[in-house]
Amino acid sequence: MTEQTVTITLPKRGATLMVLQKYGVYIAIIVLLLYNLVFTPNFFQIGNFRTQFVQMVPVLIVALGMALVIGTEGIDLSVGGVMALAAAVIPLYIGYGLIPVVIIAVVVGGLVGVINGSLVAFVGVQPIVATLSLMVAGRGIALLIANEQLKSVIDPNLLAIGRGSVLGVPYSVIIAVVLVLIIALLVNRTTFGKQLIAIGGSRRAAELSGLPVKRILLLVYLLSAVLASIAGIIGTARLGASVPSTLGNLIELSAITAVVVGGTPLTGGQVKVAGTVAGALLLQFISATLNQHNVPDAFSQITQAVIILFAVYIQRGRAAVR
Amino acid sequence: MPTESPTTGVRDGATAPALEARLVTKRFAGVTALDSVDFAVQPGESLALMGENGAGKSTLIKVLTGVYQPDDGELRLGGAPVKFARPLDAQRGGVSTIYQEVNLIPLMSVAQNIFLGREPRNRFGLIDFPRMYADARGLLEVYGIAVDVRRPLRSLALGIQQMVALARSVSINARIVIMDEPTSSLEAREVETLFSVVSLLREQGIAIVYVSHRMDEIYRVAERAVVLRDGKVVHVGDLADLPRVELISLMLGRSVEKVQRGGATAFGGAHSSSAPAVLVADDLSRKHQIDGIDIEIRPGEVVGLGGLLGSGRSETLKALAGVMQLDRGVVKINGKTVRSGSVPAAIRAGIVMLPEDRKAEGIVPGLSVRDNIVLAALPRLSRAGFSSRRNQDAVVEVFMKRLHIKASSPDQIVSELSGGNQQKVMIARWLAMSPKVLLLDEPTRGIDVGAKAEVQALIDELAREGLAIVLVSSEVEEVVEGSARVIVLREGSIETELDGDEVNEDQLLAALAGTTDPTGARGADR
Repeated sequence: MTEQTVTITLPKRGATLMVLQKYGVYIAIIVLLLYNLVFTPNFFQIGNFRTQFVQMVPVLIVALGMALVIGTEGIDLSVGGVMALAAAVIPLYIGYGLIPVVIIAVVVGGLVGVINGSLVAFVGVQPIVATLSLMVAGRGIALLIANEQLKSVIDPNLLAIGRGSVLGVPYSVIIAVVLVLIIALLVNRTTFGKQLIAIGGSRRAAELSGLPVKRILLLVYLLSAVLASIAGIIGTARLGASVPSTLGNLIELSAITAVVVGGTPLTGGQVKVAGTVAGALLLQFISATLNQHNVPDAFSQITQAVIILFAVYIQRGRAAVR
Repeated sequence: MPTESPTTGVRDGATAPALEARLVTKRFAGVTALDSVDFAVQPGESLALMGENGAGKSTLIKVLTGVYQPDDGELRLGGAPVKFARPLDAQRGGVSTIYQEVNLIPLMSVAQNIFLGREPRNRFGLIDFPRMYADARGLLEVYGIAVDVRRPLRSLALGIQQMVALARSVSINARIVIMDEPTSSLEAREVETLFSVVSLLREQGIAIVYVSHRMDEIYRVAERAVVLRDGKVVHVGDLADLPRVELISLMLGRSVEKVQRGGATAFGGAHSSSAPAVLVADDLSRKHQIDGIDIEIRPGEVVGLGGLLGSGRSETLKALAGVMQLDRGVVKINGKTVRSGSVPAAIRAGIVMLPEDRKAEGIVPGLSVRDNIVLAALPRLSRAGFSSRRNQDAVVEVFMKRLHIKASSPDQIVSELSGGNQQKVMIARWLAMSPKVLLLDEPTRGIDVGAKAEVQALIDELAREGLAIVLVSSEVEEVVEGSARVIVLREGSIETELDGDEVNEDQLLAALAGTTDPTGARGADR
């Protein structure tokens, strides 16, 4: 072998594209903040930011699980149904106290994840099909449990999760931050994290390398459902009521948007936790900005659609550059 | 000065090359991939483009086909300067490329593929199917291919699919056909068909640029060779005046003597062993694939698995590696039965397999060299589920050094490496598991000459260290020179076993063909 190494570096087609792929979501956040600094009165106030953060918590928590699922080249549409299910069981068991009810809600929601994961990993159902069935079934069961009724929840401990704070930081935000750190650790520092990314990168290669592919997939869908259940509990606590008919409606779309905008490709093989947080933050700031300028909510949804398209377009560019 | 035609500005047709690159330079992020390359192919000529991976072959092809634009220099088509801004421009200019993977639509019919985008229409503006079928049939007949053109493309053998791709491009007015490793997935008989098509194309004045790692083919197909090394043209000349050893030495930049001493492969000699068998497989069977295969392998032994495509050699490896579910049969390692049909169980027992399809089954393309090397060993390098960067780095460093893996750093994305280096990453992944039995399925397929020699030398070295190795290769000389014993499979069963002096090309070919008469072996087909 000759000594010289000729490394073929792939062409950097469009440096701007590369920058956008890497930092686009952060740039967008900064631009949005600058805009608000100039044009939106009272935006830069602690109270406003606190509201923003509290509002984004459910989407963020769901998006964390979604990022893991997408990292394996999957998708989880059932998260809204899981939130509804978690919400539906709360009024039934709230009498036993906060801890037991949280455990029950997470277990019930987690069951959906086990079903999702089993369908995907062992039966071989496509993720979109498996989780679509549970998206519908989850909410249906939740409505059955709740008798299609809205039930107010007045347990002070539970309400504190949604409304209380320590040193000015809302509990729900603290929970979200802790979950972000745990997921970041999981993705970047554990064998499990590396293996799930490898599965997303090439499932066949992972299988032939002896990775416990099915077990990992099952766990990933379980984690996504557990996180969605937590989001359901927090959402219920914030509303002070269990509303299985609407809680978490369309949240899967916001979560997928946050993940994709944050730089995790839908084709799997990568998970960007910080990007996901930034993606959720961006969505929140966009809807808040439009809101505070009295733009109808429908526009916020259209904006979201445009952002998804743009983010996917940029990522497609990334695939082409590779 | 060549005469210029007044109307077209094209130089006299007799002297103008079909396609020419003049002083073409291409840089990527400061690395010069092509350095003032001159390259010309004449109409009706078959030209071999030679070079190791990383020599600049694929970059040059991409420049010629409009995928990349040169930073410097110019392209000339039939003597006239051209700029290809995108691949379509090159195609319209008559430059077409045939890859080893066929770029057609598997579910569409053969005829639809040939006429995709220019289907004959009837007077209602709808596709005229009868005419399309007839035209497609006529077109393929020219190349001696008689298939039902209404069948979906994917139902045909890979070789035929390639012919269809070829027919398509020629019928779209190709003047230059670039063939990039066209035979690597073909069977011997299909290769013959391809070669006859190549001569047909040349008779029509079409220029062929032929790229292959297979030396035999190069000498059969091409008259002239352009040799690239490190982005520069190091040789242009007739192949008749260029002995094979010299060609290899040009590609490698090594002295002729050294190459000659190395023989056709880098194997040092046959490795036999008298130690008790480490792996014993008994009666491995699976319907329609393999039937009653018994194998024993001793530590330090390289056992070749011979057989034609479809003989069950890859399936046997898969059975040993736990990839394939078995109907019956057991695999034992040091007397202990390995749970069958489970890859993790096989790996735990010490049986690992280098898969045949490196891209689809081996590497994880988007991950770094480091992540790819430690993929299987990750749990061993972790504590309580947390992966240890320090443990990983230790392993990665050892194997990158030992296997001479060329990467800018362990963090480089593995898909950016050359095929040979990717293969070494795969071997490193398995050596990191300290296996007892290493199953190699086509370990040198699709990698350049230098890396090939390195991989072969490594197989030797690993056997000397006591690893038991099973080698599957479609290259006869690799099996013969690399193995101490060769188990020859035919139609899913063991045909015979060659040992010691019996391991030679003639006997192997005879066994492959299922005859004991070596003279009848070579022409035999299935």
